[in-house]
Amino acid sequence: MAQKVLDALEAKFAHAVVRTGSAHGDEIAWIKRENLVEVARWLRDDAAMSFDYPVFCTCIDWLDWKPIGLPPEQHWSEDKPRFTVCYQLRSLTHRHRIRLEIEAPEHDARVPSLSELWPAFNWQERETFDMYGIRFDGHPDLRRIYLYEEFVGYPLRKDYPKEKRQPLVRRDDLPINPIKRAGHEEKR
Amino acid sequence: MAVELTTTRLEDAAKWAKQSKLERATNWGRKFSLFTYPFVTACCGMEFMSVAGPKYDLARFGAEFPRFSPRQSDLLMIVGTITEKQGPALKRVFDQMAEPKWVIAFGVCASTGGFYQNYHSMPGADQVIPVDVYIPGCPPRPEQVLDALILLMDRIQNGRGHSQLRMKREQLIASATEE
Repeated sequence: MAQKVLDALEAKFAHAVVRTGSAHGDEIAWIKRENLVEVARWLRDDAAMSFDYPVFCTCIDWLDWKPIGLPPEQHWSEDKPRFTVCYQLRSLTHRHRIRLEIEAPEHDARVPSLSELWPAFNWQERETFDMYGIRFDGHPDLRRIYLYEEFVGYPLRKDYPKEKRQPLVRRDDLPINPIKRAGHEEKR
Repeated sequence: MAVELTTTRLEDAAKWAKQSKLERATNWGRKFSLFTYPFVTACCGMEFMSVAGPKYDLARFGAEFPRFSPRQSDLLMIVGTITEKQGPALKRVFDQMAEPKWVIAFGVCASTGGFYQNYHSMPGADQVIPVDVYIPGCPPRPEQVLDALILLMDRIQNGRGHSQLRMKREQLIASATEE
């Protein structure tokens, strides 16, 4: 349905669109990082596009992605970018939707922020930063939104240990006190 | 537990005979005037409302009045999941309550963390504060909550609550050091 949006995007920003595709009824455009803001601004302001409704912003961690049934060359490997940041947009006037996907490598997990264009992305980007550690360049207030400041690491990354807790407070008379234990390890 | 709950009055009297008359009277008063502080964090709250509502009616046991200040309450009901971020708040609420105080962990999340075995949830509220009675269930039936309340009342009468035992221990230590 939004194929005409993809066609218009490819016609206007041939240098910025890596590739386009369609999955499960959703049209996806992979955008280069450095051109994201100009593409997004055009998508918002152009009368034929007018994407006025930011749906969500999230991230995909591809670490060790080896699904059964896919040929090995499509599996994730060290030379491929680890993260994909997704912005889902929707137009209430034209009733079409599109997903912008931006790839970011692990050593440089940075993506330009879209919170200037759509203020609703402000908290969504903070959540993505909180869970995945993606830095959003140009974000006005990039802090953790759900977790506490003392938290170390990013819990939704695939290499975060599944049951690793970082307690803020524990009873003194616990048989195994993780806080005291952590302090003991630091002293050693 | 079932045996304790179905004691005859003679057996009760034998158990209570270990206490002084004043202790017996104060514990009797305490167990029938529990003021609850509902620390409601999650979906178990619906079940708590059902218990407090007229059909199951916690008021029959003298615990009908939820106080929304911890300073005015002596029974802390932890209803729902406790996250690591909530730990300091829960500890502060518990510390603000006046002695003696009792704690009920309502539901499996407050008791053990339930199915949340991950980075954000606490494996049971007893990691932070001492809990007197645990109620399993996701969410527990109202009958289970009433059962737990009766169990707690029995424990209060016998002076076996966590804070009662601690107060007794502190008194013993104080009297021993005076000598």
